[in-house]
Amino acid sequence: MSGMLNSTIARKVAMALSAIFLLIFLLQHFIINFTSVISENTFNELSHFMGTNILIQFVMQPILIFAVVFHFVMGFILEIKNKKARNIKYASFKGSTNTTWVSRNMIYSGLVILAFLVLHFIDFWLPELNYKYIQFNPEDPTRYYHELVEKFHNPIRVGAYVVAFVLLALHLLHGFQSAFQSVGLNNKFTPALKTFGKYFAIIIPLGFIFIALFHHFNH
Amino acid sequence: MNLKLKIWRQKDANTKGKMVEYPIAGIEEDMSFLEMLDVLNEELISKGEEPVEFDHDCREGICGACSLQINGEPHGPDRGVTTCQLHMRMFKDGDTITIEPFRATAFPVIKDLIVDRSSFDRIQQAGGFISVNTSGNTIDANSIPVNKDDADKSFNAATCIGCGACVAACKNASAMLFTAAKVSQFALLPQGQIEATDRVLNMVKQMDEEGFGNCSNTGACEIECPKGISLENIARMNREYLSASLKK
Ligand code: SF4
Ligand code: FES
Repeated sequence: MSGMLNSTIARKVAMALSAIFLLIFLLQHFIINFTSVISENTFNELSHFMGTNILIQFVMQPILIFAVVFHFVMGFILEIKNKKARNIKYASFKGSTNTTWVSRNMIYSGLVILAFLVLHFIDFWLPELNYKYIQFNPEDPTRYYHELVEKFHNPIRVGAYVVAFVLLALHLLHGFQSAFQSVGLNNKFTPALKTFGKYFAIIIPLGFIFIALFHHFNH
Repeated sequence: MNLKLKIWRQKDANTKGKMVEYPIAGIEEDMSFLEMLDVLNEELISKGEEPVEFDHDCREGICGACSLQINGEPHGPDRGVTTCQLHMRMFKDGDTITIEPFRATAFPVIKDLIVDRSSFDRIQQAGGFISVNTSGNTIDANSIPVNKDDADKSFNAATCIGCGACVAACKNASAMLFTAAKVSQFALLPQGQIEATDRVLNMVKQMDEEGFGNCSNTGACEIECPKGISLENIARMNREYLSASLKK
């Protein structure tokens, strides 16, 4: 292995691989959350499993944290490097004639998602850590649903979630197909993959918004 | 038609440049963009002023010498053409046209609208070649059978004229499309296999050393490329690079 993350292509592929991992994570997160709309019990069971399974807690969770941090840090590094690659700006630059808005503004949609993740960590992740590993509270397999519902009472929080998920949709509209191009996939399946990516980018964030609104208005 | 031109003027590589306005009259729509600049330069020379320096050579869209960022797009608003093939009928009477050099740290301005694109030459020199026996036993290239599909794709990649519009259009000033075209044209042919591993590693290394940016797949390059070089080539180069990295 030469280069590791020294070359532009290695960085690009690493960016894409972390993105693909995060896409899979997002999908499973969505599926589990969606069960909360259908059945309190199923949601509690799945959450309990995810929260107590050793493999998920001590292998997948650290990988996830690494992937999230890596994707953000690398995103910023690339942005800085790319700004340096054009030391004198154009007086007139018409990006809209040859690219989509979403592809040019990944850093901004990414920043909003980062801000959302901070809120999300404070909302769910920190209390979870506190509950399990600091207070050493006894396991209660039925607590998850109520914790979720309670969070969506506050309309400001629900509003923040909605905004963040709209930005996530924009991020994915470019990011989904971009990740596959980066790992070298561009062939006869690409048009189908792009279409699938568009649906994914819209349906999944919309689904998360639906879940937040559902609990906000139903409890 | 009468136009207002806003042109980047810069005395030399070390002097700061600025945008300067020039009104120009009597431009015909059948003129090429470069002919319009010729008219301007004749006026400037007759007034005893310095003409605007710009690159050009073949003026028929095959050499890649002409450049220019015109109204925020490399080679102007038309698609699939170089600046020498851009016609003034793409503009309207009374238009203001902004004309700047291609901007990239790896393309420093030499004078006015002329930039130094020798970074492309160095990328090419780093691996854009094949070894051929010239000892008198040279084998005719056509004696090696090549799959038609590969031959076509290789030929398409080889039509890259090294103009630099891909870099100029990219918000990241990335040279991936150019380098990918140069890697692909050989990677697709049996003759290119001998140096394949070193080629892609060395060319990408040189590309990075020149200070081009990181590709984020916006696709601006493919749209602005006068030769229609496809993003498929970048995906191919990524694959070539990954497998070469595993071998080395
Ligand atoms: S890939 Fe296209 S735009 Fe880039 S240098 Fe080659 S011909 Fe010019
Ligand atoms: S002058 Fe040769 S391509 Fe324009």
